[in-house]
Amino acid sequence: MRVFMLGWEFPPFISGGLGTACFGLTRALDRLGVEVLFVLPRAVTNPEGSHVEILSPATAAAEGKIIDTTGLFRHTQFRAVAATLRPYARPDEARTEDEDVAGGRLAPGRGRPRRRRRGAQAAAAGITAPPADNYAGDLFSEIERYAALAAALAIDEEFDVIHAHDWMTYLAGMAVQAETGRPLVVHVHSTEFDRSGLHVNQRIYDIERAGMHAATKVICVSHLTRSIVLKHYAVDPRKVEVVYNAIDESDAPPVELPPITRDDKIVLFLGRVTMQKGPEYFLAAAKRVLEVMDNVRFVMAGSGDMIRRMIEMAAEMGIGHKVLFTGFLRGNDVRRIYRMADLYVMPSVSEPFGLTPLEALSNDVPVLISKQSGVAEVLKHALKVDFWDVDEMANKIIAVLRHPPLHATLRDHGSFEVKRFSWTDSAENCLKVYTAALGPTAS
Amino acid sequence: MASVCFYFQVHQPFRLRRFSIFDRGADYFDNPVNQEILRKVATRCYLPANAVLRELIDRHEGRFRVAFSLTGLIIEQFQRFAPEVLDSFRTLAETGAVEFLAETYYHSLSFLYSRQEFTAQVDLHRRLIQRLFGQTPTVFRNTELIYNNELARAAADLGFQAVLCEGADHLLGYRSPARLYYPPSRPDLKLLLKNYRLSDDIAFRFSNRDWPEWPLTADKFATWVGRADGDGQVVNLFMDYETFGEHQWAETGIFDFLRALPAAILRRGDTDFRTPGECAAAFPAAGEYDVPHMISWADVERDLSAWLGNAMQSNALHELYRLEPLVLERGDEALLHDWRRLQTSDHFYYMSTKHYADGAVHKYFNPYDSPYDSFINFMNVLDNLRARLGRPPA
Repeated sequence: MRVFMLGWEFPPFISGGLGTACFGLTRALDRLGVEVLFVLPRAVTNPEGSHVEILSPATAAAEGKIIDTTGLFRHTQFRAVAATLRPYARPDEARTEDEDVAGGRLAPGRGRPRRRRRGAQAAAAGITAPPADNYAGDLFSEIERYAALAAALAIDEEFDVIHAHDWMTYLAGMAVQAETGRPLVVHVHSTEFDRSGLHVNQRIYDIERAGMHAATKVICVSHLTRSIVLKHYAVDPRKVEVVYNAIDESDAPPVELPPITRDDKIVLFLGRVTMQKGPEYFLAAAKRVLEVMDNVRFVMAGSGDMIRRMIEMAAEMGIGHKVLFTGFLRGNDVRRIYRMADLYVMPSVSEPFGLTPLEALSNDVPVLISKQSGVAEVLKHALKVDFWDVDEMANKIIAVLRHPPLHATLRDHGSFEVKRFSWTDSAENCLKVYTAALGPTAS
Repeated sequence: MASVCFYFQVHQPFRLRRFSIFDRGADYFDNPVNQEILRKVATRCYLPANAVLRELIDRHEGRFRVAFSLTGLIIEQFQRFAPEVLDSFRTLAETGAVEFLAETYYHSLSFLYSRQEFTAQVDLHRRLIQRLFGQTPTVFRNTELIYNNELARAAADLGFQAVLCEGADHLLGYRSPARLYYPPSRPDLKLLLKNYRLSDDIAFRFSNRDWPEWPLTADKFATWVGRADGDGQVVNLFMDYETFGEHQWAETGIFDFLRALPAAILRRGDTDFRTPGECAAAFPAAGEYDVPHMISWADVERDLSAWLGNAMQSNALHELYRLEPLVLERGDEALLHDWRRLQTSDHFYYMSTKHYADGAVHKYFNPYDSPYDSFINFMNVLDNLRARLGRPPA
């Protein structure tokens, strides 16, 4: 089996769960002996500290080849095409406030420090990276450019199926399909309804819909997402499958972290600070918790277009001194913040899957997750709450902080359960979808 | 000659309402839900099953005999939500063919935590049964058949003549559960051991179409009973009363089976029916049944792990019983009753994480989505109770 895979982010050029998922899935497919040709837009050209490198700026520009220097992949090749797709970009926004918070708490009026270093571990799922420095121009023309370049690249390649991840690559998938006649599998990691609520961008929706309808098979990351795909995109249910995301046991050598001594309990939010992730519900719950307990701090790790509003909201509620905004975290900082936490909270309004609870559990942190998340379908040893039910969220946070046996039971069972989420299983399920997409003659 | 000894457990807990840390007031119990469940089970099980038993006792002129254990809590719920069920139990009692057993009023685990509280609850229950049914229980069954040598001694000290417990293979060895036994150091006490194979054939396997013996008929079962005793004297069929109509729906034919069974048993000529007290009076003990560790009739483990299998359960129980001296000292009847209702084993059963990830088990009328929700709710209620005692949160 040879797969022509289209993505738009991949570690270390990562901004969110999609890159982490693509990495985990591709590596597991690789281990199963599936040959993957992974086509990425060249959004980031600084490979410092990375394990997937572009040959050199000059040759890369000429040939678009990326060489994997880590030895993690045996059957996978990477190709970069000269398009710049900024992860989680919105066509209707110029610059976001992504950069407003950079390490430590935000000091109003303190300039905009820029981060230069981009190589990082894959752990920081759900966090928005800063925009590429060279980002300019119109997102939709970049998407079309990516599609054209991918189709041109595909002409010279042999493969069985096309696998396209999320809407920015759907046009490319369709173009490759038109060019080669190979079956297209689109993988829905999120939909416009998850990201934007009811304020759906019509052009994005149209692209998503076209991609899903053109596809031979549609993979959704949860039944929650599958139901959105059926309901809002009118896709034939017979071709829509669910393949859950997973988590690999960490490959990174264990880092000795300095022991943390503190008196306060720490409740953690980690993710993009955007409407989809429900940060305001986290703060509202924090307010309620603090009415009952005093020795608690709430950490909001991540950046996004709602960060300013969140800082203001905490101040208005009079809990500013109890809430820490860390800005965007990477690598060991992510692992450190997980290990400091007594509880991880994912209050997402709409979360197609939600990898961060699995990361938290693998770092021995119990989790409280929104019922409006795909991962809530499969994770048993987690506390669950409706994202809007702030009192119940607070009730559960307080219980975990006050009752060590609850904390311990959730942690012990959860960190065991999380080992069940294996990318190998997900890859095997993808392989079944490929086989189905190829039809009876191919298998 | 062997006797079939039927004993049915009748119990429903007072389930807690959703109680948040932000809730005030001291109404802990979800009466609408408890009423709804009780009415449902009454309609499906208690009323029709009692009617069948009454019919059978009349038809066989007292040769069909059974025993019940009704917890104090289900009696309270009958009085409150379905008095006609209590009337039908009274009618059964009047036939003289029905024995009522003793247990802890609150279906509690008190034996494990407080001997004083255990004794008080057994006493409360015994007096309730006397008052309602005009008979004084002589046979004891502890909550969920939780049992060890110590329990036997405690029951003997309280004046009981016999105790029911699980006939566990690892304790019986080659011996048969069809004989009576006695506990070490108390040869005066009789032990009746549950025949779990034949009991579970009815309680769990009856409607299972994958079971090679399906469908189970009264005649087939009577043959097994005849075969099971050999040199034995008793076939102890112990089960939840909800087996009839609730665990096994009427559509499975469970009532027809029950209707046909006495005739099939009595027709053989070598088998009859006796209640536990009658068995204890009629048969000698065959040997010693030594149970140093706790056993129960729950799950495949037959141990305490359904109620004490994780840190939350142990924490909740420990915190609950820690309040005992304060509650007793206060002398507030309502508070005492609330505290005791919190002791019902079901609350801790809901907190079990055994096989939870497999999506299995502990689901029967369980009001919670997860064992964690159950623990949180319970601890919030306990906090409130503690506050009523003038104590700060744990």
